Amino acid sequence: MTTLLAVLALICLAPAVAAVLVRNLIHSALLFVLAWLGLAAFYLALGAEFVAFAQALVYVGGVSMVALFAVLLTRPGRTDLLPPPSAARAVGGLAAVSLVASMLASSLFWSRLPSMEPTAPIPLRRLGELLAGPYLVAVLLVGLILTVALIGGLLLAAPRRPAEGADA
Amino acid sequence: MSPLHLCLALSAALFCTGLVAVLIRGNAILVLLGVELMLNAANLNFLAFWRFGPGGGEAGLVFVLFSIAVAAAEAAVGMALVIAVHRHLRSIRIADANRLKG
Repeated sequence: MTTLLAVLALICLAPAVAAVLVRNLIHSALLFVLAWLGLAAFYLALGAEFVAFAQALVYVGGVSMVALFAVLLTRPGRTDLLPPPSAARAVGGLAAVSLVASMLASSLFWSRLPSMEPTAPIPLRRLGELLAGPYLVAVLLVGLILTVALIGGLLLAAPRRPAEGADA
Repeated sequence: MSPLHLCLALSAALFCTGLVAVLIRGNAILVLLGVELMLNAANLNFLAFWRFGPGGGEAGLVFVLFSIAVAAAEAAVGMALVIAVHRHLRSIRIADANRLKG
């Protein structure tokens, strides 16, 4: 199982690293989609089937489309290659990231985690009973959040009418 | 290397990758996608401790579902903001959007 997880981790991590390094914005967005797909496969190998399919649906199906539309709607002029960020910003960012990375690596290396047997996966029927029973309020609240976010996104992104005096 | 260690290492690597995208890339869309990657790393931690950690229970798995839903809402609002900023400033560089007044 560890070998399978390691292979899937590499499949997931390589596109993510490439997405950050690539300069073309569309290539970067597509590489992010590949990383999310690899993460869905990782979830599947972990035994969380429902979460894996939710990840594939929401990220690979939904967020990727929104991101690609945003890229296409905000094309900067003649090319997608943005000027590189300033050197000071890059140095500061790299210093912050290396600090976080060293903290995470040292805590991972020094902590002795319990080697438990993996718990049994939750069958889909039980998950449905959980979502409709103890977590019902949370499910309704998430629906409310999604509705409000949808309306808010529409209001933010929709062009204003000229009659309102906006400069759109 | 135990599977739990592997999951946590992948999660840490994904988090750092997202942090690089947020801190170094000056593009608003890439910053948003980096935030999404960091959220994914947190989700992976939840799932790893649900599967391999002590205690059992199913709260970790259910929490990931809610986290994915909230991340979807965040992506929608974030991309709408990027489009609104682009309409005002004709640019999606974070460094250009330094005024609250459009």
